[in-house]
Amino acid sequence: MKTIFAKSVPGRSAWRLNSDAPKAADMLPAGLLRQDPPRLPECSELDVVRHFTGLSRLNYSVDANFYPLGSCTMKYNPKFTEYVAALPGFSRLHPMLPQLTRGVAWAQGALRCLYEAEQWLCELTGMKAFTFQPMAGANGEFAGVKLMAAYHAAKGRKRTKMLIPDAAHGTNPASAALAGFDAVNIESRDGMVDPEALARAIAEHGENVAGLMMTCPNTLGLMEVHLPRIVEELRRIDALLYYDGANMNAIMGKMRVGDVGFDVVHLNVHKTLGTPHGGGGPGAGPVGVGERLLPFLPAPRVIKNGDSYRLNYNLPQAIGYIGPFYGSFAVVIRALAYMMRLGGEGLSRASEYAVLNANYLKKKLEDVLDIPYAHRLCAHEFVASAPDGLHALDIAKGLLDRGIHAPTIYFPLIVKECLMAEPTETESRETLDEYVQALTEIVAQGKADPQGLAAAPVSLPVRRMDETAAARQMVLTEDMA
Amino acid sequence: MPYIPHTSEELQEMLSVVGVRSLDELFADIPAAMRPQSFDLPGGRGEAEVCAYFEDLAAQNRPDMVSFLGAGYYAHQIPQAVNALSGRSEFYTAYTPYQAECSQGTLQAIFEFQTAVSRLLDMDCANASVYDGGTALFEAAMMAVRATRRRVLVVDECINPIWRIMLGTYTSGLDLELRLVPQASGVSDMAALKAAIGDDCAAVLVQNPNFFGAVADYSELFARAREHKAFGLISVYPVMQAVLKTPGEMGADVAVAEAQSLGQPLSFGGPYLGIMACRKAHIRQLPGRIVGRTSDLEGRTGYVLTLQAREQHIRRAKATSNICSNQALCALRALVHMSLLGPSGLARVAESGMALARYAVERLTAIKGVELLNDAPYGNEVALRLPVPAEQIIDRMASKGCVPGYPVGRYFAGMENVLLLACTEQNDRRQIDFLAETLGGLL
Repeated sequence: MKTIFAKSVPGRSAWRLNSDAPKAADMLPAGLLRQDPPRLPECSELDVVRHFTGLSRLNYSVDANFYPLGSCTMKYNPKFTEYVAALPGFSRLHPMLPQLTRGVAWAQGALRCLYEAEQWLCELTGMKAFTFQPMAGANGEFAGVKLMAAYHAAKGRKRTKMLIPDAAHGTNPASAALAGFDAVNIESRDGMVDPEALARAIAEHGENVAGLMMTCPNTLGLMEVHLPRIVEELRRIDALLYYDGANMNAIMGKMRVGDVGFDVVHLNVHKTLGTPHGGGGPGAGPVGVGERLLPFLPAPRVIKNGDSYRLNYNLPQAIGYIGPFYGSFAVVIRALAYMMRLGGEGLSRASEYAVLNANYLKKKLEDVLDIPYAHRLCAHEFVASAPDGLHALDIAKGLLDRGIHAPTIYFPLIVKECLMAEPTETESRETLDEYVQALTEIVAQGKADPQGLAAAPVSLPVRRMDETAAARQMVLTEDMA
Repeated sequence: MPYIPHTSEELQEMLSVVGVRSLDELFADIPAAMRPQSFDLPGGRGEAEVCAYFEDLAAQNRPDMVSFLGAGYYAHQIPQAVNALSGRSEFYTAYTPYQAECSQGTLQAIFEFQTAVSRLLDMDCANASVYDGGTALFEAAMMAVRATRRRVLVVDECINPIWRIMLGTYTSGLDLELRLVPQASGVSDMAALKAAIGDDCAAVLVQNPNFFGAVADYSELFARAREHKAFGLISVYPVMQAVLKTPGEMGADVAVAEAQSLGQPLSFGGPYLGIMACRKAHIRQLPGRIVGRTSDLEGRTGYVLTLQAREQHIRRAKATSNICSNQALCALRALVHMSLLGPSGLARVAESGMALARYAVERLTAIKGVELLNDAPYGNEVALRLPVPAEQIIDRMASKGCVPGYPVGRYFAGMENVLLLACTEQNDRRQIDFLAETLGGLL
């Protein structure tokens, strides 16, 4: 499709402001003004609407396609939460109002949303308090790691090592590095953190270990069975345990991370709590802490006094600002609305059916794909390897041809030709059966006609893209062509 | 059961396929000792009931005040077409476009966004966005730190203090020195900034218009940075950038912005949109998602995520940044907004705010004891010195349904009497008359 710039016609416009303002040149010296206007599109409103409607139709989405992307929790996003987030009483509210002494009174509804969302998340996770400042999961990881650093600093010590299991998301080591830590890789054994490897790392780095970042269930889709031992090992050296909430959709109502020894957690509300992924954001990554990290949460915190709410910026041990205000507020209220709609029982049920769907799919695929850890129950997702001679990439593309989004492929790195599927609780058995049928056909095709499968997809707006050329030629804008 | 399709028959059949008797048995790996000690959450509610609850909470907020509050975040008009198009669920219920063939809509939109941002800021290229203006500033600083292998950042105190504090938080574990150059009555101290740049500097960081609304030309400062092989980094206000001298024209290496003003509702603090653009030489230091144009097997034009060797899922601890999610839907909104307004529409928005700010200055400085903080050129926002603390005036005007601006003293000690006042096309002369009359009555 032509770009919006190629559709631009000089002099056309979609929008006109009724203003008698003079030109900028009459208000500022010429030396402070730009030479030429920016070459933005000049289009009618219909041009713009038709262009972006056309683009939208080139996408797969949860609303149109099964989207079993592992570790991404592509569940259905209820429509009413869009309505809630767009209420003008929220959408038009300036974030600095409650910083003004009297302004607190003008934002009571919004502050109450934040307060109540925090109460929900605390009870859901067993943590003592949450900050909503982090604007996405990785941003939450960074905040969490900074909180761990602050804890050790307050005890007058600088610890430099962050232990990270090899099955962890790439954001974990990247976030730890961003906060100034060296990531120390901990190997897995039988799909679990190897307690011996952990003991060796602790023996080697001793009291230089700040903490360990865990994803639980892990990215293999397995519950960690050595958790009590891991907690004990870390406590022994006063190191902290971090919970990466990417896989939280597997445990709601079944385990609370605060109860089992985690000190800090981030949640991906765009995964677990039903808010849309937006094509890659915006998300929200609230961070919860237990007693030990409470003093270090970033300012401000929402305080309730009787029936009224205000902000507390006076937090002398706070780590500073992770975000400008109170996080992705419009995302957080969608999550609150989702939690209220489901209630505690509904949230727990969401995890139950998410895990049921994953186990059902895993069982049904036992004869189609190579499934490691097949003897174990999986959590809300599971990993599989492409059968011998087939590639995960080709299978993924074959699925696209059948109107199904691919699972996550080649992750975690420790599984060969990995396909990691997460069906979520909102998919029906028919959809899961169709997925099994599609994979069965694709694998059969791959064995009978490998060339044919390697050509997939053929039914989409484009076929496989030349990624090498993209990286080499670097055409990143219309003007770099 | 809301959003769960299974019938009780299906449930039984599926449990038996899995080989367990109950849903709870699926969680056998979580022993009793690790089960929740409490799970005391309310029961579920109907959709209408939840909507009514939030309608009531929304009604307890007062976004309808006559407001001159800006300070980096502005109440601009947003065409309804922005909401309608970003509200298409083909966009908002998709995820990061890992599978290019079924994500061409998102990918092409990001490519167009990168083009629009590059043209607006007059730079060679841009990324797919980061979280907000503060994180954009930090990521830009880190580009300079990596590229120069130096550890000193010269920071103009005229940068939005919230983003400056974020920069401090984000860099605090990294063994960097932030060399803060104090502002001088709300303008950049160019001589001091130049003097602070040495051969140990990774970058100099400035903002235009600055936090106090003043507009300046940083060309000479950036030339000085270049002499010392340091980066010139600038944060801008995208709407004003339709008319103001560009980062490119000033010779900046990286330009960033809080782009809330491009089609994002204020929404009590987010989600917002951080934009980042740079010179071609620095592309490989640019963090986050980047979309490139290429062709498919049949030679058809298409788009992919590119230069992924910089990113966390490949490089892990050695990535340029930990960023994974960007603000794709916010970027789409900004792109649609810019496409609807076009170059002339965006310029008229800027000019409208500027004209109203000039009218406000004329009316308010006619009041005894009210004066401009400085004589620097300004855009649509301006700092005024009052004869009394700004907080006091803001408090007293509250009962009149008016927010006259932001009290600068909140972040700048000694500037308690300074009020920061912003005008946008949503304000009008009548509101300014009302502001002037009310303020005149209080002083």
